[in-house]
Amino acid sequence: MSGAQATASEPVIQLSGVRKTYRSGAIEFEALRGIDLDIHRGEYVAVMGPSGSGKSTLMNVLGCLDVVTAGSYRLAGADVEELDEGELARIRNREIGFVFQGFNLLPSLSAWRNVELPLVYAGVAKDERRERAALALERVGLGDKLDNKPGELSGGQQQRVAVARALVGEPTMILADEPTGNLDSVSSADVLALFQELHEAGRTIVLITHELEVAEHAGRVVKVRDGLLQHDEAVAA
Amino acid sequence: MNWSETLATSWSAVRSHTLRSLLTVLGILIGIAAVILTVGLGLGTQKDVSAQIDSLGSNLLIVSPGSSTDASGMRGGFGTSTTLTQADAEALTSKVNAPDIAAVAPEKTSSLALEANDTNWTTQVTGTTVSWADVRARDLEYGAFFTQDDVDQAARVVVLGSETATELFGRTNVVGQTVEIDGTAFEIVGVLASAGSDSSSNLDDVAVAPISTVANVLVGGTSASSVSTIYVQAASADQLAAAYQEAQTVLLNRHGITQADAADFTISSQEALVETATSIYQTLTILLTGIAALSLLVGGIGVMNIMLVSVTERTREIGLRKALGAPPWAIRRQFLTEAAILGLAGGVLGALLGALGTFVLPAIIGSSVVLSGAAVAGALAVSIAIGIGFGVYPATRAARLAPIDALRTE
Repeated sequence: MSGAQATASEPVIQLSGVRKTYRSGAIEFEALRGIDLDIHRGEYVAVMGPSGSGKSTLMNVLGCLDVVTAGSYRLAGADVEELDEGELARIRNREIGFVFQGFNLLPSLSAWRNVELPLVYAGVAKDERRERAALALERVGLGDKLDNKPGELSGGQQQRVAVARALVGEPTMILADEPTGNLDSVSSADVLALFQELHEAGRTIVLITHELEVAEHAGRVVKVRDGLLQHDEAVAA
Repeated sequence: MNWSETLATSWSAVRSHTLRSLLTVLGILIGIAAVILTVGLGLGTQKDVSAQIDSLGSNLLIVSPGSSTDASGMRGGFGTSTTLTQADAEALTSKVNAPDIAAVAPEKTSSLALEANDTNWTTQVTGTTVSWADVRARDLEYGAFFTQDDVDQAARVVVLGSETATELFGRTNVVGQTVEIDGTAFEIVGVLASAGSDSSSNLDDVAVAPISTVANVLVGGTSASSVSTIYVQAASADQLAAAYQEAQTVLLNRHGITQADAADFTISSQEALVETATSIYQTLTILLTGIAALSLLVGGIGVMNIMLVSVTERTREIGLRKALGAPPWAIRRQFLTEAAILGLAGGVLGALLGALGTFVLPAIIGSSVVLSGAAVAGALAVSIAIGIGFGVYPATRAARLAPIDALRTE
């Protein structure tokens, strides 16, 4: 854990000896080959690596979208690897806010309806959902676009809606997978500035990217290659 | 995610593909409409048949000639022989031998030409006794029925059915007019009130005359004394069985037959006629219900097919919802609800079509169709059940999708 920020508290994310093997017929492919990684509350971490490096698998594991083959993963004090589907759904709902490369907004729903989705599955009452969704959209600068459908918004705006959706449930960590991959440079800067603001407000952010200039925004860069952590350093924010 | 949100989400999913949803529910629609029409037709026919048989009169036994086995063992057809006579009918009125029989009306029918004011009309001329109007439960619209004196004197008087009167005179108030039957002039003493038609004949197209007149003046010859049917009315519904026994005993004695199964006549009751008619329609109903069930099965498979398509199309949405924290049961419930909505939509549309059919069909086929509330409620319940039943597999597939695989799909 060289270069990790020294924090006295227990890390919110704790990976130790994590391995992930995919099996396709007789062929086995080891995507992760023993990863140890601690991330503390309030950190802004960029995970970098070329395609095929295992960074997407790492993101799936961190996002509780996939379970590890070996090793352990603790998220906010809970052991994730032994959880069943329902419990994983609950963890994803409460602890993680996803931002995807392709935005993944539901085109038939208005902005605030998209943003409220995590709260729907958390069982929050409708009035409160609308209020919190509106606040989250204001937070990302889209307070005037509550009722617009994704098709009526620009790519940058759509990704900001997705960020609002990731924020709305007050999750432990925001997990962003190539959030600027589908955006032009202006919108990219826009979204990255938004992450910066959130980081300054104390959010824990894990950002997965293959672009150095994106990773440079983070306070800490973790490089993955061939299923192993290659490099882990704090950079000047 | 609570029920109202699940419903709203599923409803908007169904609505987003209106045409496809409509086509999907077509099978269920047709099946449900068929069920409602089948049940309605069955009930309507049963009602019609009961009404028709009741229109014969009440507490009736119908004695027909025939069903005899001759020396060579050939069994004659129902009503083919002329074994019943006026004297048989007379014997049945005996209060000693047949105390449970209230009234007897023999009928001697013959198809003859009627003529009035140069208008010709061929109708069923029925010769009978004065108790006919009571036994057959017929009312007079104009005039009066002929009397016992008319029968005794073989008077040339006739009572016309309302339609016969209209055909001959263009109106029904024709009491006092004269009509020629087979060339003989008859005075019209009464006109019957309309009674509709039964399965075999038009009850309003008749001419009723004293049996003596018909036998001697119109038919004559060797068959003068024979009658085609004897209607026997029991004193009450409870005495119907006793009346049956008495009628059988009297007629067997008169015909010199010792074994009941060798009888040269047949006695049937209204109940037996109702049962026969009902059993025919029950068979028909079972057949039609089978077809309807098949249509519902096909409809259900249609729902399953389109739900599988829907799950495939929305793999990404499912993955996203799971990533955002939807547990498998919430996804399953969402798709089950969608399938149930499709089923119910088919049911509601089918019920509407069926209800429409119950109003339109009688005009086309001339049989009543009853809109049964129980059938509609049952059909709707079945349509929801079909939606859910055939939705289980697609919904389970949706719930089992792994979020990463689902999200990866482009």
